Amino acid sequence: MERPLTEHIRKDHRPLTLREYEQTGGYQSVRKALKEMTPASIQSVVKESNLRGRGGAGFSTGLKWSFVPMDAPKPKYLIVNADEMEPGTFKDRLLLESAPHQLIEGMIVSAFALQADTSFIFLRWAYKEAARNIRFAMQEAYDAGYLGVNILGSGFDLEMHMHTGVGRYMCGEETALLNSLEGKRATPRAKPPFPQVSGLFGKPTIVNNVETLSCIPHIINKGADWFQKLSRTSDAGTKLFGVSGKVKHPGLWELPMGITMRELLEEHAGGMQAGLKFRGALPGGASTDFLVTEHLDVKMDYASIAAAGSRLGTGTMIVLDDKTSVVGFVRNLIQFFAQESCGFCTPCREGLPWIEKILRSLEAGDGEQNDLKLLDFHTKYLGPGNTFCALAPGAMEPLQSALKYFRADFEQYIAAELQTLAQGLPAERKQRLITDISKF
Amino acid sequence: MLTLEEVHEIDEAVKVVPYKKAACIEALKIVQEHRRWISDESLKEIAAHLDMSAEELDSVATFYNMIYRKPVGRHIVLLCDSISCWVMGYENIRDAVMQRLEINYGETTRDSRFTLLPNPCLGTCDHAPALMIDHDLYRDVTIDQLDDILNRYT
Amino acid sequence: MAILYIDNKPYEIPTGKNLLETCLTLGFDVPYFCWHPAMGSVGACRQCAVKVYKDENDTKGRLIMSCMEPVANNQRISISDPDAKEFREQVVGWLMTNHPHDCAVCDEGGSCHLQDMTVMTGHNYRKFKYKKRTYTNQYLGPFLNHEMNRCIQCYRCVRFYKDYAGGKDLDVFASKNNVYFGRAEDGVLESEFSGNLAEVCPTGVFTDKTLKQHYTRKWDLTMAPSVCQHCSIGCNTIAGERYGSLRMIANRYHGEVNGYFLCDRGRFGYEFVNAKDRIRKPMMRHQEVDHTTIIHELSILLKQPGVIGIGSPRASLQSNFALKALVGEHNFYHGVSDNEHDLAELAVKILNEGPVRTPSTKEVETADAVFILGEDLTNTAPILALAVRQSVKQEPSAQAVQVNIPLWNDAAVRGIVQDRKGPLYIASIHATKLDELAAATYRATPDDIARLGFAVAHILDESSPVVENLTDDQYQLAEQIARALLAAKEPVIISGAGCESDAVMKAAANISWALQKRNEQTGLVYTMLECNSMGLAMMGGHRLQAAFNAVMNGHAHTVIVMENDLYRHGNKSDVDAFLAACKNIIVLDHSMHATSSKAHIIIPAGTFAESDGTLVNNEGRAQRFFQVYEANEVISESWRWLLNIGAAMGNMRINAWKNFEDITQAIANEEPLLRGIDTITPSPQFRLAGQRIPREPHRYSGRTSMNAKDNVSEPKPPEDADSPLSYTMEGYRGAPPSSMIPFFWSPGWNSVQSVNKYQETVGGPLRGGDPGLRLLEPDATKPVLYFHGIPEAFKPLEDHIWILPLHHIFGSEELSAKSPSVEKRIPSPYILIHAEDAANLALHENEPLTFYIRHHTYSLPVKITTAIPHGVAAVPYGIKAIPCSELPEWATLKDESQINVYTHARVNVKQT
Ligand SMILES: Cc1cc2nc3c(=O)[nH]c(=O)nc-3n(C[C@H](O)[C@H](O)[C@H](O)COP(=O)(O)O)c2cc1C
Ligand code: SF4
Ligand code: FES
Repeated sequence: MERPLTEHIRKDHRPLTLREYEQTGGYQSVRKALKEMTPASIQSVVKESNLRGRGGAGFSTGLKWSFVPMDAPKPKYLIVNADEMEPGTFKDRLLLESAPHQLIEGMIVSAFALQADTSFIFLRWAYKEAARNIRFAMQEAYDAGYLGVNILGSGFDLEMHMHTGVGRYMCGEETALLNSLEGKRATPRAKPPFPQVSGLFGKPTIVNNVETLSCIPHIINKGADWFQKLSRTSDAGTKLFGVSGKVKHPGLWELPMGITMRELLEEHAGGMQAGLKFRGALPGGASTDFLVTEHLDVKMDYASIAAAGSRLGTGTMIVLDDKTSVVGFVRNLIQFFAQESCGFCTPCREGLPWIEKILRSLEAGDGEQNDLKLLDFHTKYLGPGNTFCALAPGAMEPLQSALKYFRADFEQYIAAELQTLAQGLPAERKQRLITDISKF
Repeated sequence: MLTLEEVHEIDEAVKVVPYKKAACIEALKIVQEHRRWISDESLKEIAAHLDMSAEELDSVATFYNMIYRKPVGRHIVLLCDSISCWVMGYENIRDAVMQRLEINYGETTRDSRFTLLPNPCLGTCDHAPALMIDHDLYRDVTIDQLDDILNRYT
Repeated sequence: MAILYIDNKPYEIPTGKNLLETCLTLGFDVPYFCWHPAMGSVGACRQCAVKVYKDENDTKGRLIMSCMEPVANNQRISISDPDAKEFREQVVGWLMTNHPHDCAVCDEGGSCHLQDMTVMTGHNYRKFKYKKRTYTNQYLGPFLNHEMNRCIQCYRCVRFYKDYAGGKDLDVFASKNNVYFGRAEDGVLESEFSGNLAEVCPTGVFTDKTLKQHYTRKWDLTMAPSVCQHCSIGCNTIAGERYGSLRMIANRYHGEVNGYFLCDRGRFGYEFVNAKDRIRKPMMRHQEVDHTTIIHELSILLKQPGVIGIGSPRASLQSNFALKALVGEHNFYHGVSDNEHDLAELAVKILNEGPVRTPSTKEVETADAVFILGEDLTNTAPILALAVRQSVKQEPSAQAVQVNIPLWNDAAVRGIVQDRKGPLYIASIHATKLDELAAATYRATPDDIARLGFAVAHILDESSPVVENLTDDQYQLAEQIARALLAAKEPVIISGAGCESDAVMKAAANISWALQKRNEQTGLVYTMLECNSMGLAMMGGHRLQAAFNAVMNGHAHTVIVMENDLYRHGNKSDVDAFLAACKNIIVLDHSMHATSSKAHIIIPAGTFAESDGTLVNNEGRAQRFFQVYEANEVISESWRWLLNIGAAMGNMRINAWKNFEDITQAIANEEPLLRGIDTITPSPQFRLAGQRIPREPHRYSGRTSMNAKDNVSEPKPPEDADSPLSYTMEGYRGAPPSSMIPFFWSPGWNSVQSVNKYQETVGGPLRGGDPGLRLLEPDATKPVLYFHGIPEAFKPLEDHIWILPLHHIFGSEELSAKSPSVEKRIPSPYILIHAEDAANLALHENEPLTFYIRHHTYSLPVKITTAIPHGVAAVPYGIKAIPCSELPEWATLKDESQINVYTHARVNVKQT
């Protein structure tokens, strides 16, 4: 099984030096791209490769690139989104810490394809080790002439800068990231205009995920067909898949696109910890819908997971076991999203804390019947398009699917509450309360 | 007063962007790196250096959670409170840390040694629960390790 | 045009707008918060959701924010769709989770956008049962109150304050559901436009602090359409009264003059009307007398020969005309300094006889290149400064249009524009607030500013006079400006009387004329010093010095000074001598000042709030203001006093004028430049459905009891003989003619947002046309006769300093300066000098500089700057203890006795 992204990562995760990296075939794609290819031909290879963005949305990278006006005057920007902050997601960290040259190589080729002259690595502040390694690798690349002016004598110039963030999940949303890079509050921007047309400092800009860009050198070296064939399904390539939660061996693996959830869970993560049962999982980070036992044979690729009612997201699965409270699980997620809301649009800013309060009150035994209706209501109206960006709709995915698959768990909390309440009530009112519950 | 060193570092950051203001987050980081936190005074000085008003800069500074607008201790303990760590029982770690340091979230120990803050996902979910102290990441943390870990910081 | 289906009914609509604006223009009630017609859309509040359908077969549709969606042909939307309605209701539900529900004690209550939207969306029952978050409020200065708990986070305040008005000290802090709108710390809001927050904020976070001090629910006010009296722009206002005092000034939308906004001078300067030391009773030689007596006495006194009248640039056309009629054309003098007199006449001449049109404020907003000569607009014509702030966005936002971003898509346009600014050039004496937007600034004396202007004109057209001895820098700057103006589609040149220089105004004219030859869209704006400077100049009359001479030479001995403090316009010694020489000084005014304190006879005039009148703004637009309330029986308009006196004197001409309409018609007939001013509002006989137009909303309360302590029977309301407005709540309920809207209200729209219902299109002209009549339209066929007589470059003079006045929004204007809230913002006296001059004089900040003008000694604390030319000093105009009427002038720095008498070093520019 080929593992292009991780095969040269050392066991101890120490990154390769430039020399070592070159010995593994590193920077070949830069030579090939700059000397033998045109921006247009690179773009078409990437399009043919069927590479889909690994940042969560799975948008075709080639298609995204094609929206950049090629005749626009400089500056044009390429930005790598290394803000990984989605709970349960820990895949980019590996590539950033242990394969910085692979990312830089991918950025150079991509920048050439887009004729971008300036690139930024927007790195999450918490990734201190990554920051060190990237800084070192960047310097090596500059010294070796892979960055700077007239790269390898091709006439192509590229500056690369690293910006480390100062917190906030919103910075991962690509337009909020642009605002943050401009020294502003990381609130998202309305689209249109798309960043490809008016992005950083109002100039054409592409934002791609770390893993996405790390795929580029391999696609250029080995071709679109090869990349497609790495996968078991129509969504091309390998993917970093991770599992966290109460499994025997939580971890991160590069595997072909399209392996099943069961394989991932049982063969790679070693199955559930002793005494625990699998109840469900968020297949791709905190903002994806729960999948449950019946979905274990669903293939992990964009299309199949979508067909099962969730999203591949970042491909890092969070497992829910039978001893963990569903309500607590969802509350923890919502608490995160409420905390990370930028505060710009009403439904997200006010709706999420409200949901959090409801869930907390359920946990505390203060739930009311109407609470479930309110939760349903919020999942309906915090959907895509109703809020300004995808944060709140993302937050609704685990909630709505939990309400779908584990509704009884929520009801139990209320029922328990009603029972205690009812003890002090006249018989007739007691009856009404009890029958009301059955309506859920 | 901003030190010469701070001014120099800020000016370097300004060179990367098309206009001064755009470097304001870098500037906040630089000064925080030197002084641990951004006081009202520092804020005004940075703002003046970048031709911004205090309001404009504070609007940015208060948006981000890693810019500290209140004094912090010598070491900052960031406890991951997100989903995987929650599943893996971070709440026990939290309680233990709070008990040992005798502080709540957002507080600083009386000897100014530690400030304790909750923090969203540290991106090491396969090794939950996790915490960070200053630049050091601790993974698969158990309660028995806590004393050992904390003792490394004076 | 396109077809838009709303709930399956087709509507013909223009393209280019967003759905929200379009629906509002069509008359639909779509709720919104964050969108503002002047500031565009950002999509933050999510209140304006509607459903959109792919085609007629799509039954599901999806929710969209109507403010963010461009209209498209054959688009199908639904406003009444149940999902859309439920979502909109819930948006209010969400906003209410933290709102304190303190309507009963909130100043906004009953005229609150949030209340209206709550009712409109049908949000009745609270489902949120948890604790609310609370905030601490800030002290924001004398104008605004802050109550953050009421905030609904629509971001309008920062968008107005920062993005629209260029303020720096208000922003949004923190994030999530903890965002806070305010200052970095407690303190006075610096922007000159801060008061608009009270109208821009959809709830009661920012409210009018001056109203709070004598609080009245807005529907309990008796209101009339008025015109701001505090600068020459003439913003349209709504003035509201209760219990005999003026309580509030609010914006009255005008599509061309002031749009949705007012400046703080205009909004908060009204309280001179309520001042304790108002002149309220007629006085003869310190004795109070009644109405009959005073009229009788005056009719005798004024019949004698030797009576002259001094008018006023802050009095209405009617009052000035009545005075002129009473004393006779030969004896009527404009009450402004001779220099200001000449400047105003020059402006009229240039605009009336020259080929270039003067644009409205709205047109300045859309200018794509602006050159300002000599004016500090923020302080002399604030709303025009606000317009210039918008103009610099014009050129760069063309890029947005190129990539199909409509200009209403505010955040997107900002994203593309970034910090780029269109061409704005400013030549001024001292730094101005607009400098931050300028491509280049030039700080110089008025003469040097004029030289730069003449140079620009010469570059544009060689047949205009050439400027000798320019430095290379000056020439290059002139070239740069000329190039920018030539490249523009709608360039505008702005100048005015602010720096007291005819050369500057002439240079501005030359530039615009030279430009006009190449580009017919060129505009030329002059700002004047007072609200009716232009009108007075259009009426004709003699210079003030001539009035002084008339008395000093013994030709006259009795003077009627109307609404004028002569000390603001004449040299102190001259005015002293003049007043001392007058046998009878009759002052007709509403407020006490240095002149009235020397009067033998004082007649209590009405302020604008107690008067009807017409003013002509700097654009040459005649605008009517209406009496808000009848003052006590003796106080009345100056013109009415004068008509009564004239009638008592047996003046047949005057006797024929019984009311406002009569005198206005007389002006229109007799004053050629003022023809048509009798048509700008309907006549007093005008009725709609047989009814008057009420000054009070139908929600007005308490009228049967408000005077009960004096009289249990409800007094009969006064009859208005001068206008079709009534003083009650009875009358026509529909929309009145656009020139006489006393308040904005529409069913379901109790807040100022109801103005949408009065406009032809949202943000466009009022239905029936924006009020007022432009009196000065150019004749483009006239040959251009350039001004010659270019002044020489300024040279500092040893032991002397050339003192110029600097205008301040707070303090320089006479009436607003009497308002207690404005008073708190008046700078203390200073003299501003260049750092090198300070060094030469061995002076430090705040140390006193003693100087001498015409044998008078002055001493003021110095302020040191590098933003003023060498050898020049500036003092605040109109502020007590400062001799602004003597300026500009050379002052000596040494004791006069030690210096030889010198001749005036300024080269006088004679018009050719
Ligand atoms: C709230 C939010 C947070 C996001 N965080 C990240 C992130 O941390 N890293 C990332 O690559 N993409 C993140 N995304 C997705 C980005 O907006 C964007 O789609 C992605 O960076 C594009 O890269 P790709 O096309 O290579 O996937 C986030 C999106 C949202 C709405
Ligand atoms: S002071 Fe001038 S600009 Fe301000 S409101 Fe009055 S007329 Fe308008
Ligand atoms: S008015 Fe449309 S989102 Fe606020």
